[in-house]
Amino acid sequence: MKNLRLIAFLDLKESIRAKWFLVYSLVFGGLIALFFIAGVTESQVMGFSGLSRLLLMYIQITIIILPIFILITTVRSISGDRDSHVLEYMLSFPISLKEYYWGKVIGRFITVYLPVIVAMIIAIIYGAFKGADIPWAIFFLYTGLLFALSSAFLGIAFFISSFVKSSEVALGIAFFIWIFLLAFIDIALISLMMQQRFNEELIIGISLMNPMEIFRVAAISLFDPELTVMGPVAFYILDTISQTMFVLLSILYPILVGLLFAFLGFKIFTQKDLV
Amino acid sequence: MIEIKNLTKKFGSTISLDDVSIEFNQNDSIALMGANGAGKTTLIRSILGYYHPDGGSVSVNGLNPIKERQNVLKNISFVPQLPPPIKLSISELIQYIEVSADVKRDSIIEYANEMKLDIKTNMHKSFFKLSGGMKQKLLIAIALAQKSEIIIFDEPTANLDPKARDDFYRLLEGKQKDKVLLFVTHRLEEVESLVNREVYMDMGRVVSDEKI
Repeated sequence: MKNLRLIAFLDLKESIRAKWFLVYSLVFGGLIALFFIAGVTESQVMGFSGLSRLLLMYIQITIIILPIFILITTVRSISGDRDSHVLEYMLSFPISLKEYYWGKVIGRFITVYLPVIVAMIIAIIYGAFKGADIPWAIFFLYTGLLFALSSAFLGIAFFISSFVKSSEVALGIAFFIWIFLLAFIDIALISLMMQQRFNEELIIGISLMNPMEIFRVAAISLFDPELTVMGPVAFYILDTISQTMFVLLSILYPILVGLLFAFLGFKIFTQKDLV
Repeated sequence: MIEIKNLTKKFGSTISLDDVSIEFNQNDSIALMGANGAGKTTLIRSILGYYHPDGGSVSVNGLNPIKERQNVLKNISFVPQLPPPIKLSISELIQYIEVSADVKRDSIIEYANEMKLDIKTNMHKSFFKLSGGMKQKLLIAIALAQKSEIIIFDEPTANLDPKARDDFYRLLEGKQKDKVLLFVTHRLEEVESLVNREVYMDMGRVVSDEKI
């Protein structure tokens, strides 16, 4: 247990010092700052206003950039150490593979989740300071959704990192997964359904397997389901499943996906040659 | 201490270790030699439990280094040929070793001083920002501070200047008792005074094993 804490702590410290972490934090913090500067909280579009509008815009951009940020920064975690012979040296000490792997997972999770959530907290504090109404329901929903989305992509990234021998290949796979999941959001699925005459249950089923689509639909589930911005798949899902049930699903399912992939990655890590 | 029986390791169609059987016992100080690709590194990595063999077995003090890696590695120190680009600061690296291998920080500092390396003033510097020689000195100091029964050096003096090499050999003198010292080297003359056994490998096989 002490080794697990140690690995997590050292990975966290190492990541926080890295240049990618600075860029990563600046992107999310910068987004919030940009929204305030642009006067997003003072304007009203399609019924959204104040901090609700800001958080909604933040989350819509996060859907696109958070997965790729997590994938490209994490996918080299183990494969990069293997490439550079760091793994060979660090594992020459009496530390179990379980503690090493899960310590890295925990450390990296804190690293990728912290800036995203801190940016949102800063938005809430600044909004409150400016006298805006705080949309607590949206804030807590997004906190949970970001946790779940981070878990899913972190698990996938560690899975890739565990079996890929070079970090270049790992990056290539990460990009492919991101593009693939992005393409299967809503509109692409509907096009596929119309072109190939697939039935709607299959399309909805596929979309529900995609953590990015679940995140997207759940992020707007607190708003009016009649809104056109939701897209057809989101409308269908929210019309079929109750909102509470869907919010629970949208948090639990990505966490399960993340844990499953992280566990598979661990199995591969322990059963393959380490260097 | 180390018993290797009919060990075979393949990478794709390349046979890196071909039915190798050898034992390293207490008080053995071995120079492991051979051309590039002879299988020396694969043998070392198999002892450290990094590779799953295609055939045969490795046991260290009767334990399997893959299944019982923690108990096996408690008794092994390892100095790689090239210091890896570890991004931790020296202080953090020492913390990692203190906690995982139960080594005293003071002991590492003491051995580093013996190697003429002042780490106290560099504690917050990243390990990878040190010069090649400084990194190698620190890794040697860590290996010696571990007080392990088995010490594996993979070309340990490759980055060291002549003075630092002398310090290294001086530190090792008299440390062979009750231990296994395994030097992977291309230059026998450098470790000649320290070793009592020479092992040559070629094409994944042990071709010569002599006591001196």
